Amino acid sequence: MLSFSPSEEQQMIVNTVKQFANDVMRKKFRECDEEGQIPDEIINTAWDLGLVVSCIPEDYGGAGWEHSALTGTLLAEELAWGDLSMAMHILSPWLGILPIVEMGTEEQKKKYLPSVCGGKFTAASAAFVEPKYDFDCNDFDTVAKKSGDYTLNGDKCYVPLAPDAAFTLVYAKEGNSSQCFIVDRGTKGFNIGECEKNMGIKALGTYEVSLKDCKIPADKKLGGDRGCDFKRLANLSRVALAALAVGLARGAFEFSRDYAKDRHAFGDPIASRQAIAFMLADMAIEIDAARLLNWEAAWLLDKKEEATRECCLAKTYADNMVMQCTDYGVQVMGGHGYIRDNPVEMWFRNGRGFVTFTGLAIV
Amino acid sequence: MIDFELTAEEKAKIQEAHAVAEKKFRPVSRYYDEHEHEEPQEIIDFMWENRGKGFVTGLGVVGALMVEELCWGDAGLYLASPGPGLGGAAVFAAGTKEQWGKFLARFNEGKPKWGAMAMTEPGCGSDTSAIQATATRDGDYWVLNGEKIFVTMGHRALDLSEGIIVVWASVDKSAGRAGMKSFVVEAGTPGMKVEKKEKKLGIKASDTVTVTFDNCRIPFSNILGKAEVKSKTEGFKGAMATFDVTRPMVAAQALGVTRAALDMLRDEIDKRGIKIRYELPRSKQTALERDFIEMEANWRAAHLLMIRAMWQLGSGQSNALEASMSKAKAGRAATLITQRAVELMGPLGYSRKNLFEKFMRDAKINDIFEGTGQINTLVVARRLLDYTRDQLK
Repeated sequence: MLSFSPSEEQQMIVNTVKQFANDVMRKKFRECDEEGQIPDEIINTAWDLGLVVSCIPEDYGGAGWEHSALTGTLLAEELAWGDLSMAMHILSPWLGILPIVEMGTEEQKKKYLPSVCGGKFTAASAAFVEPKYDFDCNDFDTVAKKSGDYTLNGDKCYVPLAPDAAFTLVYAKEGNSSQCFIVDRGTKGFNIGECEKNMGIKALGTYEVSLKDCKIPADKKLGGDRGCDFKRLANLSRVALAALAVGLARGAFEFSRDYAKDRHAFGDPIASRQAIAFMLADMAIEIDAARLLNWEAAWLLDKKEEATRECCLAKTYADNMVMQCTDYGVQVMGGHGYIRDNPVEMWFRNGRGFVTFTGLAIV
Repeated sequence: MIDFELTAEEKAKIQEAHAVAEKKFRPVSRYYDEHEHEEPQEIIDFMWENRGKGFVTGLGVVGALMVEELCWGDAGLYLASPGPGLGGAAVFAAGTKEQWGKFLARFNEGKPKWGAMAMTEPGCGSDTSAIQATATRDGDYWVLNGEKIFVTMGHRALDLSEGIIVVWASVDKSAGRAGMKSFVVEAGTPGMKVEKKEKKLGIKASDTVTVTFDNCRIPFSNILGKAEVKSKTEGFKGAMATFDVTRPMVAAQALGVTRAALDMLRDEIDKRGIKIRYELPRSKQTALERDFIEMEANWRAAHLLMIRAMWQLGSGQSNALEASMSKAKAGRAATLITQRAVELMGPLGYSRKNLFEKFMRDAKINDIFEGTGQINTLVVARRLLDYTRDQLK
């Protein structure tokens, strides 16, 4: 039955994360961006909420909650409202876990899932994006060749937390299809480069990784011989990113709205002028529009339907929306938006990244 | 639980409306666009005979989705379809049970009838609080005086049927907005006259007229809501409550026309053997693919905003903010998407042999009536900022 109300359980998750975002993430997010790192205690506090590993079945040491992409988008939105770098850091274990939960072989589940169910944050990662402007995940340059074992060759970038990750899912082309391979930390030929310096998401450690004749056993291919449903994984990533974009944009909207009510010019709050008020209204409309589009796409994924079209629409829409909203966020605040005392310039920088972030989060 | 699923029964109703749009409206769509002010009698008769199917009530999510389908067929013919219309919506939103019986029962019996709404005047459009028309009490009667323009379906409501018109007038000009009230006037009431039939850019199958009131006497009980002028804005708020329903409804109309343009565009692209490659990175897509994807996403997002506003209304939630959001978004999206469709189709888009140019003309009204895009944006902004109309003009 048609409804736009989250379930009680979903609302509980939203409330928990909202409070964490406000009380913990927002207290430190600006310094983290400046310093290029996130204190362990923030990540561990988030871990203690238990939401990230809850989707692991009880047999493998998790809480056994039924995972839902839609619930994931709700959670991701709230985390990104708090801070995008922290959100991606906190959610990074999902990059390793979720594909295995959904598509892994029994052996893969037994080996990898319990390893992230400990009492402390355990990083897992994905090597997805490749460093070229027309990067296309339907046609990876990274290649997997089988002769007994698999040999991986290629260059990756934007690999979150690569040195810490217990294992990394490497996406590569095998024949004509995109497939996913589980690479353990320390595997020979899996060479982690320098920590990247990007325009935004400065507090998230992302790395270049080059795969040089990286050999892994044949049973490390996600899903075993039959492989994985790559389209679905790409779609789960698209809705994750669209949700993060919505959360980020909402943060920018709320901050600039409050500023516009407070800041006076010519005797009145600037929000009392249509030139400013209409920007704020457009932001709110676009944020809601992007969220609904994304909810629908995630809902289809939860029904296990092929939803590439809907996910791409949601992602494209959110990419445009988040750039517009974060730009407006800076514009509404004028000069005060441009200085680093205020966070809107950071959101503006983070916002631009979404078009290239596919593969950096998954729900 | 967030859920986008419609029941099989709901889907069947929407499908039925689509069949009417495709089989009845589309074949005569161009004809009535080229023959403005000619009665689409076969459509009127068909829609009246089938009124029990609820095609034009616009109530609830399904009602709105049926309207969207009909406007996919032809927005002008949808508006021309007999039924209570905007006038009926106002009676339904602000009237008593007795008034429902007196004024709405007619839409279910006898010959085809229409309902209309008269708000705009020569000197005021969006600023409805500046209305000059007056209603003066005279014992058991109200006496109406004034001139109303841009009355949608006024000709058919008042000249061609025993319909009704809901008229906005002031009972006390010194009271400003608080003095604004709405009144139901039945067709044939002496002193009321339909003056001018407008020639329009689009939605030509619908009629748009001027209605004048010259000492037009109506029963005292024809007022919608209370007669007393009370707190500053109480009366006016009642008027605005009608918009909670009608704004998402207009959004649905806009989205029907827009989807028609998108569907036709996709068909033309298909004919060339081109499939939209949604999954490609933007740097690998063609300009056409990028445009199409942005248009489709924009349409779908507006569509969901409309559904949400209607769903809120149906589940008893306040939706004034979301109703205006959906209207502002849909009006703008319809304008942009239909214009882009004409552009992308080049000479095929601009030619009157095809419907693209008609969709563009028909779509534009949706960013104007029931509050222009700017007025709806203003409503959204005031609510987001928690500002009164004096704080944000």
